[in-house]
Amino acid sequence: MSIVFEKPHALTDAPFHYCPGCTHGIIHRLVAEAIDELGIEGKTVGVAPVGCAVMAYDYFACDMVEAAHGRAPAIATGLKRAMPENIIFTYQGDGDLASIGMAETVHSATRNENITVIFVNNAIYGMTGGQMAPTSLPGQVTQTSPYGRDVTQCGFPIRVCEMLSTLDGPEYIARVAVNNVKNVRAAKAAIKKAFENQIAGKGFSLVEVISSCPTNWGMTPDKALEWVQDKMIPYYPLGVYKDRSAKEETK
Amino acid sequence: MPKLTFKTDLCKGCGLCVSVCPKKILKIAKDKINKKGHTPVEMTDQAACIGCAFCATMCPDCIITVEK
Repeated sequence: MSIVFEKPHALTDAPFHYCPGCTHGIIHRLVAEAIDELGIEGKTVGVAPVGCAVMAYDYFACDMVEAAHGRAPAIATGLKRAMPENIIFTYQGDGDLASIGMAETVHSATRNENITVIFVNNAIYGMTGGQMAPTSLPGQVTQTSPYGRDVTQCGFPIRVCEMLSTLDGPEYIARVAVNNVKNVRAAKAAIKKAFENQIAGKGFSLVEVISSCPTNWGMTPDKALEWVQDKMIPYYPLGVYKDRSAKEETK
Repeated sequence: MPKLTFKTDLCKGCGLCVSVCPKKILKIAKDKINKKGHTPVEMTDQAACIGCAFCATMCPDCIITVEK
């Protein structure tokens, strides 16, 4: 008998504090599996965000730095420039990356900083109790939009991948989801590619992972994943939005 | 024959593994409570397991180890 699946080495034994059925745990595992498979645990430094994943430094076995709200790409820029031989990744939610940290995200992308950004989009502010986020869908009921998001007052959701892919800077921009086994496997491949790009020195790689928030959406974990499939993926289509090296190879 | 091991005390009873199991042999044990106070997952028919690891792939808390 050989082990075909176990907890990756790059995760510590600390139990996750996330709510039951929260897909943060799956995304943590995918990042850790990529680190394991590339054999870079000893030289990887992660940057934790403010949000539900604020305590990610307890869960990853590599070195971790805690950033101020939204500033993870700025911290990662500094780390990478000071220690170019190390592998730097950030792990951010939608309230962190797409709201308060939008400037840092866009500018580190346009400078093509050689970092890896894992962006977890669950269309809501999870940690603070379910307020409307920049990525909340039109009509979505949240604590601060009890009648549904009104686009005439609050504007439309931001599609981060589409927006960043218009820039000339970034190397790799992809959107994946973790709502079923097939999508989880595709997500793992995309996250691994984002780390490989950094090792090869290609530049800024961002993987947006469509995630769920059963607690604040008010659904069971099962139903939340169905909602991801039925409502979120049609608004946030999955796919690779930019892959400069692949494009140059085909030319 | 594949063998699944569950770290039952870390299970939060979310049921994502139950919903993806192709053989429908996992269930949430409503009559048990683990250390965390959740009703954990349990295996009902080890012999029917095919070792596909779908349950472990979807488990957010990495409690499942699959051997085959």
